[in-house]
Amino acid sequence: MTTTIQFKNIHKSYRVGGRDIPALSGIDLTINPGEIFGMIGHSGAGKSTLVRLINLLERPTGGELLIDGADITRFDNDALRALRRRIGMIFQHFNLLSSKTVADNVAFPLRLAGKKSRAETDARVAELLARVGLSEHASKYPSQLSGGQKQRVGIARALATEPKILLCDEATSALDPQTTQSVLRLLAEINRELGLTIVLITHEMDVIRTICDRVAVLDGGKVVEHGPVADVFLHPKHITTKRFVQESEHVDENEQDDDFAHVPGRIIRLTFRGEATYEPVLGKVARDCGVDFSILAGRIDRIKDTPYGQLTLALTGGDVDAALARFESEGLTVEALRDA
Amino acid sequence: MLETLLPNVDWIDLWQACHDTFSMLGWSLLFTLVLGLPLGVLLFLTGKRQLLSQPVVYGLLSFVVNVLRSVPFVILLIVMIPLTTLITGTSFGVAGVVPPLVVGATPFFARLVETALREVDRGIIEATQAMGATTRQIVFGALLPEALPGILAAATVTAITLVSYSAMSGLVGGGGLGDLAVRNGYQRFQTDVMIVTVILLLVLVQALQMAGDRLVTHFSRK
Ligand SMILES: Nc1ncnc2c1ncn2[C@@H]1O[C@H](COP(=O)(O)OP(=O)(O)OP(=O)(O)O)[C@@H](O)[C@H]1O
Ligand SMILES: [Mg+2]
Repeated sequence: MTTTIQFKNIHKSYRVGGRDIPALSGIDLTINPGEIFGMIGHSGAGKSTLVRLINLLERPTGGELLIDGADITRFDNDALRALRRRIGMIFQHFNLLSSKTVADNVAFPLRLAGKKSRAETDARVAELLARVGLSEHASKYPSQLSGGQKQRVGIARALATEPKILLCDEATSALDPQTTQSVLRLLAEINRELGLTIVLITHEMDVIRTICDRVAVLDGGKVVEHGPVADVFLHPKHITTKRFVQESEHVDENEQDDDFAHVPGRIIRLTFRGEATYEPVLGKVARDCGVDFSILAGRIDRIKDTPYGQLTLALTGGDVDAALARFESEGLTVEALRDA
Repeated sequence: MLETLLPNVDWIDLWQACHDTFSMLGWSLLFTLVLGLPLGVLLFLTGKRQLLSQPVVYGLLSFVVNVLRSVPFVILLIVMIPLTTLITGTSFGVAGVVPPLVVGATPFFARLVETALREVDRGIIEATQAMGATTRQIVFGALLPEALPGILAAATVTAITLVSYSAMSGLVGGGGLGDLAVRNGYQRFQTDVMIVTVILLLVLVQALQMAGDRLVTHFSRK
């Protein structure tokens, strides 16, 4: 099972009042089978437009959009409907049918496909509801559920036709932080157990950090930066990415510069990843090179399953250059923020 | 006792009038719903930025609906006499009133259906589309079930409108309670007849409204 999604120089503009307003310009991206791919951007960046292209709820106005190598913009109606059954989608506002019970909502895509008998449908619905932990709510109506439960119904419904791709448009933005975490855990579990490719858009860094493998940062209809989440967020290059990182860490760069002004010595940022996070590298190097350090700012956390640490240090005395070289040879990343 | 209180009320006439009102209402409501529902769906689907957006078709349908809705019912009743004769073989009695009632009420009901369908959350239509549904499946599987309470409310309003339209049926000898009220009660100054018929009409309207409200509540899941 391989389901690669490729955007090749994709353009999309909307016609508003007789004028074409570009929403996406020149998107080039490849989403790999089985990964959780995040897209982050501020409101109006074009995230929803981008994700809705994948099942052609919106049509690109230029470029090629390949799924498993086939340009889906050339599909006829039947092929498009068949494609859509292989792509599940969940939404910020759930979009469940209020007139149907939980079970009937989950059964709906199966009935539309019309391939399963009644008994097969019922069995599949029971299996899906069990997976999302809602078995005892099968005969309730959506209005009787909490937001988190509604999104679980949305997920069960999206999985009903055994899709290879799951699209999530701000799927957790209407939920509180705790419910968000539980829904994200469910998505990660589904990704792991079913090998489903998940494309997820959000404006929240934490969502990306919690479950995504790779991320693309969108700004003004363009991908300004993309790559593995740890690379992008630990070493942001584009101003938009930097802002996202700072916002999520509650850091104000200007304030920080003021604070550091009185601190003597060289200021560096040190990034540890993986097992190195828990090694006593800092103390060892300081001792060996005779440098003193003070920690100005720092954070030890995880990106998906990878622990990392990022410390801002002021180094004084001893052989600072040797210390920096040692850090690098130990596999840490060193960025100079201020020379002595 | 009743004789002295209501000297002019002829109970056999009154019974016949009730019967006529019911059969006019029943038949015209049936045809109005059967014709108006698809017309309303078509209006909705061909509308701006909808599933089968067809500005020309929509403009045309919309214009016809507006024309029919702006013709006063009395005029429709008279103008339609040749057409009615063609359809039912007579322009007289209940059969002579049902076609104009249907032509008068169908555009009204269709508009209400269109409005009810527009109230359905766009997100639900999109979600259904994203499952690979055909337009027909979207209409029958999602749109109509979601709009059912609104459509039932529209049917209730339409039924009550039909009751008041049918009062004018006397012009073509259609009979019914409204006609009895106008001819005997109003024109012959038989106040007692007027009061009895109006009370019966009120009871009918009240009953229709209550039944409609019940159905709406029963099917509302919001
Ligand atoms: N149907 C539409 N018609 C016209 N313009 C649109 C339409 N949908 C989106 N746009 C425009 O395209 C741009 C991108 O919109 P999009 O919804 O993709 O942004 P987004 O990143 O999802 O934002 P948000 O976080 O607010 O959901 C915006 O400028 C928006 O105004
Ligand atoms: Mg959006």
